[in-house]
Amino acid sequence: MNLLDQFGPPVLPSGLEPLRAAVRAFLTDWAPSYPAEKRALSWMGFDADFSRLLGTKGWLGLSIPKQYGGHDASPFERFVVSEELLAAGAPVTAHWIADRQSAPLILRHGTDAQKERYLPAICAGEMYFCIGMSEPASGSDLASVRTRADRQADGSWLLNGRKVWTTNADRCHFMIALVRTDPASERQAGLSQIIVDLTLPGVMIRPIKDLSGHEHFNEVTFDDVRLDADALIGVEGDGWAQATSELAFERSGPERFLSAMTLFRCLVGAVGPTPDARQAMEIGRLAAWLVSLRSMSISVTAQLASGEDPVWAASCVKDLGTGYEQDTVEVAMRLIDSLPPGEQAATTRRVLAIVQSMAPSFSLRGGTREILRGILARGLGVR
Amino acid sequence: MRTLLQDSIERLLADSVTPDLLRAAETGVWSADLWAEIEALGLPLAAVPEDLGGTGASWSDIFVVVRACGAASAPVPLPEAILANSLLATAGLTPPESGVIVFAAGSAGGPITDVPWGRHAQWLVLQDTDAGRLALHSLTGAQVVTDSNVAGEPRDTVTLASGSLMADAAISVSTDAAIRGGAMLRSAQMAGGLGRLTELSADYANERVQFGRPIGKFQAVQQQLALLATQAAAAVAAAEAAFLMAAPEADFLTTASAKAVSGEAAGKGAAIAHAVFGAIGFTHEHSLHFLTRRLWAWRAEYGSDAFWAERLGHAIAEAGDDGLWPLVTDAFAETSNP
Repeated sequence: MNLLDQFGPPVLPSGLEPLRAAVRAFLTDWAPSYPAEKRALSWMGFDADFSRLLGTKGWLGLSIPKQYGGHDASPFERFVVSEELLAAGAPVTAHWIADRQSAPLILRHGTDAQKERYLPAICAGEMYFCIGMSEPASGSDLASVRTRADRQADGSWLLNGRKVWTTNADRCHFMIALVRTDPASERQAGLSQIIVDLTLPGVMIRPIKDLSGHEHFNEVTFDDVRLDADALIGVEGDGWAQATSELAFERSGPERFLSAMTLFRCLVGAVGPTPDARQAMEIGRLAAWLVSLRSMSISVTAQLASGEDPVWAASCVKDLGTGYEQDTVEVAMRLIDSLPPGEQAATTRRVLAIVQSMAPSFSLRGGTREILRGILARGLGVR
Repeated sequence: MRTLLQDSIERLLADSVTPDLLRAAETGVWSADLWAEIEALGLPLAAVPEDLGGTGASWSDIFVVVRACGAASAPVPLPEAILANSLLATAGLTPPESGVIVFAAGSAGGPITDVPWGRHAQWLVLQDTDAGRLALHSLTGAQVVTDSNVAGEPRDTVTLASGSLMADAAISVSTDAAIRGGAMLRSAQMAGGLGRLTELSADYANERVQFGRPIGKFQAVQQQLALLATQAAAAVAAAEAAFLMAAPEADFLTTASAKAVSGEAAGKGAAIAHAVFGAIGFTHEHSLHFLTRRLWAWRAEYGSDAFWAERLGHAIAEAGDDGLWPLVTDAFAETSNP
């Protein structure tokens, strides 16, 4: 691998400006109704009405074909809409996983019936998905999952086991779970992805309060849950390959460096137009990394758009980007005493407390820093 | 164009730049053969429009040339020559057909400090900060006080001889065009240097055996190498953006970002490489220091990371909280087409 050629020029194709302007104008009108303390939650903010509104605007399912309610648009259009929503701190978590991951997965691996059933509702911002990966004994070592779906004589599935740290399970309609469908299998073999209707008998969802006091994630227990034959998505036994093939999409997007954007904005506002040297240097350093991470993310998006699978570069974006988000908290801590007193300083303090409480999760969710660095080292040829 | 430039410069530097050449250069020997080959390829005139005798390549294409010079520690001022000729062309002046040409900011009347490779140069493009003009001076007869950066690259103080002025013009570029352009060049050189440093460190970790296995088998070393690679990647992406947006003058926002990010990355990256190589990398016999000392030197030149971060911070603060995001998205114009 030639490291230097992993990131080309960050060229956004022309013609995106009207879309960006429309999203930005919509968000400018909307922003006053949504205080900074809520925007601070970034893509952990839940608002189903807002998600449905985005659906009616045509800003969800952008890369899904029109026949399934999507818009046949390019990854760049999705990039622009995503980054505008995230930069404004819009509450996108309801539809986020379905739009980013579940819909592309269903489009790629699903049957016609599955596409008809799920995609139009996802594109409308009405149907929400969560991802069932981690289990009590399977965190970074995902290949050790033990939740089982056993095929029954009539073709249906019997699901037993437990998933944990499942974001929004209590507010989603479906979970796409990675489960063991071959009871004799070990590690990556014998795993499959199944779609679980979370309203079925035998599904128990227990919210878990995190250190910030929020209940974003959940423990989900399956006790003899009976699933129809068409709960299987894709090929039986190919679950590991299917789940990992979406990693480049999951790890390179703007949500990997914009989670603390509301804090950065508050900080800039509170510092005011005439910063001292220390304030200017700290803010400028954050801006320099923001510009550069965005350059990396656009470059990866360009590779995705041309059909490549830039997993190494995407892991790079996530490791650096989540570190940058956490660094925003560090910068805010260094500057917080220097802010001119007033309403903006008070708001910044409250936003800092919220983002600081969430920050440890930034480099855990979607693959821990240590796992990512293992991937990066392997890519360098270190074995 | 980009692939063509990349192939020719990388092949030339791989063949020519040996540890012996670098050692000689650091004792003051001029790499005349290498420079002659570079001129034969027309590379110093890469950014000059064709009607002024150049190649007319975009800065985005030229990025790979400057990056390659950084990766190879090329002991010649090719990046400086490309920018010097570009500044002349921007001012409507015709660049000299040959001869070592570099640039500096300063006053023609007084000593001009930090002239890169001044003792070996024939031409100096001076952004005259007093007169608001851009001038081409001959260095024939100039008084040169030699000095060098931490990597042993010439950074001389030059006092021009009378009658040195060959041509000049009023310029519409920013008053800091020279230093800004220099910062852009150094960000690409650091990106190249960090990329090579990552390759060398990964190779060494696979070869060096301790505790009965290659040190690259240890997770502690793997994590450090990954960290080095991400810093190198950040420097590459940041510099790519700056070169993409240079048209023809270096763009403030992306150049400031690139120099701030690549400078910080250079500091972290060099430290990790030295940790991976251990004592052998600290010796003069081993060639690691050719890269790490250059990374330290380039980080300090044309504004450190802190210098550019502070300037960027003032621009951000002026834009305010609502202006921050539009400033960032406007950094790469969506209609740009390299």
